[in-house]
Amino acid sequence: MFQLVLFYAFSAVLIGAALAVITARNPVHSVLFLVLAFFTSAALWLLIEAEFLAIVLVLVYVGAVMVLFLFVVMMIDVDLAALREGFNRSLPLGMGVVLLIVLELSVVLGGSGFSGKGGPVPLPEGGSNIRALGEVMYTQYVYPFEIASVILLLAIVAAIALTLRRRPGRLVQNPGLQAKVRPEDRLRILKMPSETRD
Amino acid sequence: MDMTFTSPSLWPAMPEIFLLASVCAILVIDLFLPPRWRHLTYGLSLMALLVTAAMVLRLGQGLEEPQVTFSGMFVLDRLAVVLKSAALLVTGAVLLYGRDYLRERQLDQGEFYLLTLFSALGMMVLISAGHFITLYLGLELMSLSLYALVAFNREQSASSEAAMKYFVLGAIASGMLLYGMSILYGVTGSLEIETVASRIMEQPVGSLPLLLGMTFVVAAVAFKLGAVPFHNWLPDVYQGANTPVTLLVGSAPKLAAFAMVMRLLAQGMEGLAGDWRDLLMVMAVLSLALGSVVAIAQTNVKRLLAYSTIGHIGFLLLGVLAANPMGYAAALFYVLIYVLMALGAFGVLILLSQRGMEAETLDDLKGLNARSPWLAAVMALFMFSMAGVPPTAGFYAKLLVLDAVVDQGMGTLAIVAVLFAVISAFYYLRVVWQLYFEAPINGSAVVASADLRWLLIANGGLVLLLGILPDQLIRACLSAF
Amino acid sequence: MLEQAIAIWSQIPEALRTSVWIVLKIMAIILPLLGVVAYLTYAERKVIGYMQSRIGPSRVGYAGLLQPIADAAKLAFKEIVIPARANKVLFVLAPVLSFLPALVAWAVVPFADGMLLADVDAGLLFVLALTSFGVYGIILAGWASNSKYAFLGAMRAAAQMVSYELAMGFALIGVLMAANSLKLNDIVLAQQGGFWHWYFIPLFPLFMVYWISGVAETNRLPFDVVEGESEIVAGFHVEYGGMGFALFFLAEYANMTLISTLIATLFLGGWLSPFEHVPVLEQIPLLGQNGFHWLALKAAFFLFCFLWFRATFPRYRYDQIMRLGWKVFIPVTIVWLAVVGVFVHTGFGPWF
Repeated sequence: MFQLVLFYAFSAVLIGAALAVITARNPVHSVLFLVLAFFTSAALWLLIEAEFLAIVLVLVYVGAVMVLFLFVVMMIDVDLAALREGFNRSLPLGMGVVLLIVLELSVVLGGSGFSGKGGPVPLPEGGSNIRALGEVMYTQYVYPFEIASVILLLAIVAAIALTLRRRPGRLVQNPGLQAKVRPEDRLRILKMPSETRD
Repeated sequence: MDMTFTSPSLWPAMPEIFLLASVCAILVIDLFLPPRWRHLTYGLSLMALLVTAAMVLRLGQGLEEPQVTFSGMFVLDRLAVVLKSAALLVTGAVLLYGRDYLRERQLDQGEFYLLTLFSALGMMVLISAGHFITLYLGLELMSLSLYALVAFNREQSASSEAAMKYFVLGAIASGMLLYGMSILYGVTGSLEIETVASRIMEQPVGSLPLLLGMTFVVAAVAFKLGAVPFHNWLPDVYQGANTPVTLLVGSAPKLAAFAMVMRLLAQGMEGLAGDWRDLLMVMAVLSLALGSVVAIAQTNVKRLLAYSTIGHIGFLLLGVLAANPMGYAAALFYVLIYVLMALGAFGVLILLSQRGMEAETLDDLKGLNARSPWLAAVMALFMFSMAGVPPTAGFYAKLLVLDAVVDQGMGTLAIVAVLFAVISAFYYLRVVWQLYFEAPINGSAVVASADLRWLLIANGGLVLLLGILPDQLIRACLSAF
Repeated sequence: MLEQAIAIWSQIPEALRTSVWIVLKIMAIILPLLGVVAYLTYAERKVIGYMQSRIGPSRVGYAGLLQPIADAAKLAFKEIVIPARANKVLFVLAPVLSFLPALVAWAVVPFADGMLLADVDAGLLFVLALTSFGVYGIILAGWASNSKYAFLGAMRAAAQMVSYELAMGFALIGVLMAANSLKLNDIVLAQQGGFWHWYFIPLFPLFMVYWISGVAETNRLPFDVVEGESEIVAGFHVEYGGMGFALFFLAEYANMTLISTLIATLFLGGWLSPFEHVPVLEQIPLLGQNGFHWLALKAAFFLFCFLWFRATFPRYRYDQIMRLGWKVFIPVTIVWLAVVGVFVHTGFGPWF
């Protein structure tokens, strides 16, 4: 009962936050609502005892991805008027697509039904879903797991290939050389007789 | 928790493992190479592709039953052997064709070769997928490298625009694929292609969720193939990317996309064949129509070839929608021949592009015969083959597909296809006309290094040879199903 | 009297009783924590004062001991000025957002064996997730203030904290590989057996990385470019006064305390006594006993180091900070994780 109340409360917040993401006038507010949406989804996952996924969602999305996102949104001066311009024009199309998806989902979920009924399987006493996840990830799913890591490697290579510019005339420091500097490289001590004014 | 896990047999996946290890090794080697040693990266990449292809072929020798490993995630069957070896060899040819072009434009950075290798690895994973997750990951691995390659030339805004378009539309297609897969998972309770297939058989006919999931999957597949109405990205990407990248995007990934069609539709959704056949039929006819009619109005050769690709995809879909081993074999034969022809046609464009000048428009082809007779002859051969004129391989490809369609009692469809083939022959022959009967605008001689020359001649020879003696390849295609 | 109280207590419904009990436990953690934070500021001024041949606060109360209370009273009664065209909601929300995670993370910290508020299965990740959330308060404060200096400080904070979080995360992976658990309580128990069994020995590089990253993560000197009073006056909180400023101040010191406690827990055996299994010393009460006093002592050492660093090191330049995080710490941690992998596989020493 209490779980159900929580579920509906979190779901309401989630939907509200998601709506606010697209309706907020200020892009920074949009990003913050997105953060809220991630948080409430994490809470929903906690309700079905998927605490590992919930924490990782917060850690990765809220803690890293969204911070960088916010960083970019703050840095670029988003022209709201220009962004708004197309909004009313594409609203009917967007609403149409949303209605279609809702209709489809209701047909699929409400109708002849999915095979996996009855919700999540409760953990056995003393079981840990991190251990359980780890066990399937490194045995049954080891192949997709490795491919996913290759995709990440590819993302690094692609990002560097597309953004690293070796401009001529760029001033760079070599910290190794800087640290190795000795007084005699910079300072010359002269010995000379003192001059007297006469 | 099932603790009786035994470590999977790595042997069937040895080529993939080798390619990944080479990619990592080349990545590190390239990092420490001075720029003037860059051709070493190129040589190593080519070597890695060829050795991998050899390993695939070695594994394929005497392969009767499909080998499954990694808990059903990885399948090595005859289809996989044919497609993987072809994709690897084609990717190697792309590197060869593109070498001088890239060097002249200082685009031959190590990352270019690495991204190409990554995309080849993605194709292999996709082709050998026995599970929705690996299929999706392979697709992403392949597509992400291609997006980056299309954007590779940062100086050119057209490249960035094309890459952006490709990326956004590709992401939507991936989303549709995932959406469809998740619905299928919801209904069947499994992501393993074989299990999904058998569970679909148990479902009542006309189950709405199944149809919905299938529609999304078909749409995503159509996007990756470039079938109408999901073709929008194709002409822009072909035109915007550098020609070697266009060559890559237009060749090997089609083999992978074909594998995707086979794994998802022919194997996974066998039980829904009656339903997806209708969808494919609509898309095939639309693609044939658009590919043959719109191409006539093109002046840019890369765009023209893009529309021609759309038309060829229409033919490919005809073979698939026959939905029997013969049709699949015809489609496999068609896609192999198509890739050979596309490779050659873009190869000619690359050879014609010289320092500071891109050969892109039909005008650049005018009077090629006067500048370089052998090049004109090879180009004409590819055009004849694309048009489906005997005795080229393109003729047999079309014939097999039409045969399979007629065999299924869809005579009208075959007639429509022939009609559009005739229309499209018009613009292929117009290219030939330009090659031989127009005066050259740019009279300079064509310079090409000897190995590229031989590669192009071999490519053309193969198209001709397979047109005269197609039996071997047809038998190989038939044995894959 | 006592019997009556027990009788009343048992009449309260079960759900309410647990709630009250949890609130009491939370209070038992937070109130002392606030006291520690208040007197940490006093300690800071005293320590740095002595290091610089001054005597620090000495006027309010005996040896200046009431100084933090006087400061708190002063800040509480100051007017909160909201700058013109600032984003009001976020301006007010930011200090709260920066203070809350610093408190919530204490829920999973074990003070003695089994003495912790919530025995979350993924305790270590929970701490990591919450500390990563703290950066929002700083970024939003900088942005909502509608001020160039504040904004620059916020940008620096965002980049710096995200960068160092990676190194911290990697260092923690080493700990959880060694302890084979994500529960902080289990991690401490895995280090039983005296000084030589603590993780800072086999994980020494990770220990150093975590420690230095912890200093950077809390934006303390020598990594305080986020505030950088000589460049951007006070960075993200330049526009704050009164309680808003006080909350940022509290958050910074609460984070320092948290990081110190975590280092002690993860690498130095938490509440364990260093003299476990040492023949004679083991018998001595307190000294040989495990318990909260050891954790407090260890945490206090690291807190002292925080102050010591501040008095000693010059400030890093911004690009140097980035270089240290990305090009030194992350490679070091990755290499050492491989080494730890080998250790775990071979069961090296008393640790694995």
